Amino acid sequence: MKGRVLVVDDDAALAEMLGIVLRGEGFEPTFVADGEKAMEVFRETKPDLVLLDLMLPGVDGIDVCRQIRSESGVPIVMLTAKSDTVDVVLGLESGADDYIVKPFQSKVLIARVRARLRRTDDPAPEMLSIGDVSIDVAGHSVRRAGEPLNLTPLEFDLLVALARKPRQVFTREVLLEQVWGYRHAADTRLVNVHVQRLRAKIEKDPERPEIVVTVRGVGYKAGPG
Amino acid sequence: MRGLLTRRNAQRRARSAVPDERQAAAAAPAAVVAAANGAGTASGAGTANDSPAGGIGTVSGSGTANGAGPGSGTGGRAALAHDQATGEAEEPRPAGRVAQIASLRDYLFRTARVVSARLRPALASAGTGMASALTRARARWRGSLQVRVVTATLVISALVAAVLGFFLTQQIADGLLQSKVKESASQTGLGIRLAEGQLGDSVSKPGSTTCQQIFNTQGALQPQTTNPDYLVAIRVVSPGKSTPPTFCGGAINGLSLGQVPPALMEAVEADQAKNASQLPYVSVTARFSGTGSPFSGTGPQRGLLFGAPLGSDLQLFYFFPLSAEQNTLKLVQGTVLLTGIALVFLLAGIASLVTRWVVQPVARASQGARRLSTGRLDERMQVKGTDELAALASSFNEMAASLQDKMQELQNLSQVQRQFVSDVSHELRTPLTTIRIAADLLYESRLQLDGSGRRSAELLQSQLERFESLLVDLLEISRYDANAATLDAEPVDICDLARNAADVAQQLAERRGAKIEFRLPSEPCVAEADRRRVERILRNLLVNAVEHGENKDAVVTVAADRDAVAVSVRDYGVGLAPGEDRLVFDRFWRADPARARTTGGTGLGLSIALEDARLHGGWLEAWGAPGQGSVFRLTLPRRAGCQLAGSPLALSPVEAVAAVTVTGQSYAGPGRDHQGARPGLHSDPRRSHEKGRFGG
Repeated sequence: MKGRVLVVDDDAALAEMLGIVLRGEGFEPTFVADGEKAMEVFRETKPDLVLLDLMLPGVDGIDVCRQIRSESGVPIVMLTAKSDTVDVVLGLESGADDYIVKPFQSKVLIARVRARLRRTDDPAPEMLSIGDVSIDVAGHSVRRAGEPLNLTPLEFDLLVALARKPRQVFTREVLLEQVWGYRHAADTRLVNVHVQRLRAKIEKDPERPEIVVTVRGVGYKAGPG
Repeated sequence: MRGLLTRRNAQRRARSAVPDERQAAAAAPAAVVAAANGAGTASGAGTANDSPAGGIGTVSGSGTANGAGPGSGTGGRAALAHDQATGEAEEPRPAGRVAQIASLRDYLFRTARVVSARLRPALASAGTGMASALTRARARWRGSLQVRVVTATLVISALVAAVLGFFLTQQIADGLLQSKVKESASQTGLGIRLAEGQLGDSVSKPGSTTCQQIFNTQGALQPQTTNPDYLVAIRVVSPGKSTPPTFCGGAINGLSLGQVPPALMEAVEADQAKNASQLPYVSVTARFSGTGSPFSGTGPQRGLLFGAPLGSDLQLFYFFPLSAEQNTLKLVQGTVLLTGIALVFLLAGIASLVTRWVVQPVARASQGARRLSTGRLDERMQVKGTDELAALASSFNEMAASLQDKMQELQNLSQVQRQFVSDVSHELRTPLTTIRIAADLLYESRLQLDGSGRRSAELLQSQLERFESLLVDLLEISRYDANAATLDAEPVDICDLARNAADVAQQLAERRGAKIEFRLPSEPCVAEADRRRVERILRNLLVNAVEHGENKDAVVTVAADRDAVAVSVRDYGVGLAPGEDRLVFDRFWRADPARARTTGGTGLGLSIALEDARLHGGWLEAWGAPGQGSVFRLTLPRRAGCQLAGSPLALSPVEAVAAVTVTGQSYAGPGRDHQGARPGLHSDPRRSHEKGRFGG
């Protein structure tokens, strides 16, 4: 599986290093060092994945993330030097699917990138439903009461993972493994933020969720009760 | 007291003055007369001197007692009090006052006993309500300076007003009585001279006066108004006392002989026998039943009854009603009482107002200080005037301002430090990432390099890892130092965290041929905690336990009670020397500096773990003994931010064993520590299962 990766990073050395690693793994990297030019290049290259440094000159990485997300559901992986909750959650809330804290190993980077690009090539026709939400897994579409909903691939994967086993409670760790492809337990804030984002799109009242329900102290499950 | 003493003196003097042959009979009456006379009768003496019948007063043997001024007042009062409520002046006794006091005391004691006996059940039934009301009252008393001051003012001013009012009314009563006595004495003296003039020579010849003469004299002496202010009666004393002495024609103007106390009669007779007059008088309460008197139908009349010898067989009696004086006294008493009450409440009001003035700014200052302490640093007090309270306000404001400055300074400093940490973090991490990835690439292709190049790539890789973890730990510590660490608490099962945290240590232990044994309770131990931080603490403790465990097994025990959860990590390695249980948490502290650094610990792990535990409001403690291994115990409150009172697990194994032994004998134990130790130490089939799962 090959893919085009847009690297948005102002640090030339790191960008070059990332390029070496990505090319070594068979990806096609393009680079942009300036937040202001990021959208332009993004529209030109139509990448399959974006690697985005949060601290950029000009337009902030968070803003770039929002702009991309407003136009596309393309997977975004943030590169951040800050692991504080506020920074991470802010990045995730602005639309990033995953984040990697610097310094990271090349293996980790590749694993995350692959996990985000992993698409089952020909999924079997499968229809799922929770409440009034119906999911066409092969067609990659979700409808609530007939209305199509616009989910990012990650949100879609999260919903499908939950909906495939309705009423089963998933711990955050299990979801991290299934949806994000983490082998070892990682940051559960990823799950929390993305469940919030998913709820905002599919729930009638995100304050009182009925599709993706929190099981206090354990995790999440699909469906009421 | 003084009155009593004076009266007794008067009695003694009176007794010694009475002629011997009459002593027995006259002792008591004379005493009374003397007392009635006002013991000192400064007034009496004065009267006698002022009166036209100047000789009268001086001749007296019995009651002249010439006491001082103040004594006279009390004496007169004694007489007034003494005769109250009697139809006639009663037989006075010398010890009457003492007996009265004794009986009064008895009565009071009896009443108090009865009252307390009746109140006791009522008090018991209303006990709880009363007690709570009392508690509330006490709380108010203690809680408010104003209440205390006002209550104290009320009580003290009431006492002062009562004492002052009492003395004032007594003084006025004495004054009124004395002036009445003086006036009456002069009236009587005038009457005697007038009667002597009326009767002419017949006065000196016993038995020669006729009833008609006496009537005429009486008529002449009687005031000729419709509202007379005195009554006059003349009594004829039969020579030889063969017939009882009578008033001529019975009651005259309603004043009957029966109303004249025998004591007065005897005193007058004594004067008559000595041919002298000192104008004895008594205070009486007279009832005028007939119609012939101007005082008929007015009820009992208090008044002064004066007697004087008129010749050898006649006695002149004057009755001066005290109704006017009584009315005046009543008015005065009423006024004094009202004024007193008004004064007391006025004083209480003033005290309340004044305390308010003083207390209110103080209360405002304390309120301001409280607000200041809750972080509202803009709090200031109003400064009015230049008095002490204004000084308080301005110094409070100065304090607040300097506090605000300092806080601002600290905040700025903290902000600067936080920013610095953040900047360093970013600036260091980005190049480090490049180095890291480059090192990864070199390491992966190390087999294509020659020997020294290969070893260099390996060293670069391993030391980069160490450098990274050191950087991470340093940044974490600086975050704590800058107060920038935030708690991201959610309900988590500590048992899960313990298992998750064990993975690294497990691999390390396996390499050393050791195991990690888990002793977990069957039910989950959920607490509000920051998953990342707690896992970090546990990972640190476990790696430490394996590193210093000398290839022996480590034991992880989890227990919970209502308020807290605890994890203890036990190793059987070298242990800790005395005092080291605190040093282990110091930054970069190493038990033995000479010891080889076999593992890549940064030396900051336990310091960060301690900060992590503190951020939760939890405890991280160590126990160790040389050769016996060590125990690290983490205790976290079930709810984030709650205060910890104890831990469900014992810290030292000695304590734990002791606790099991004593609890076996149903001994309550000195603390929760000991009771809580049991779950971890009882054998439980489930634990062997856990051990099988995680310990292998």
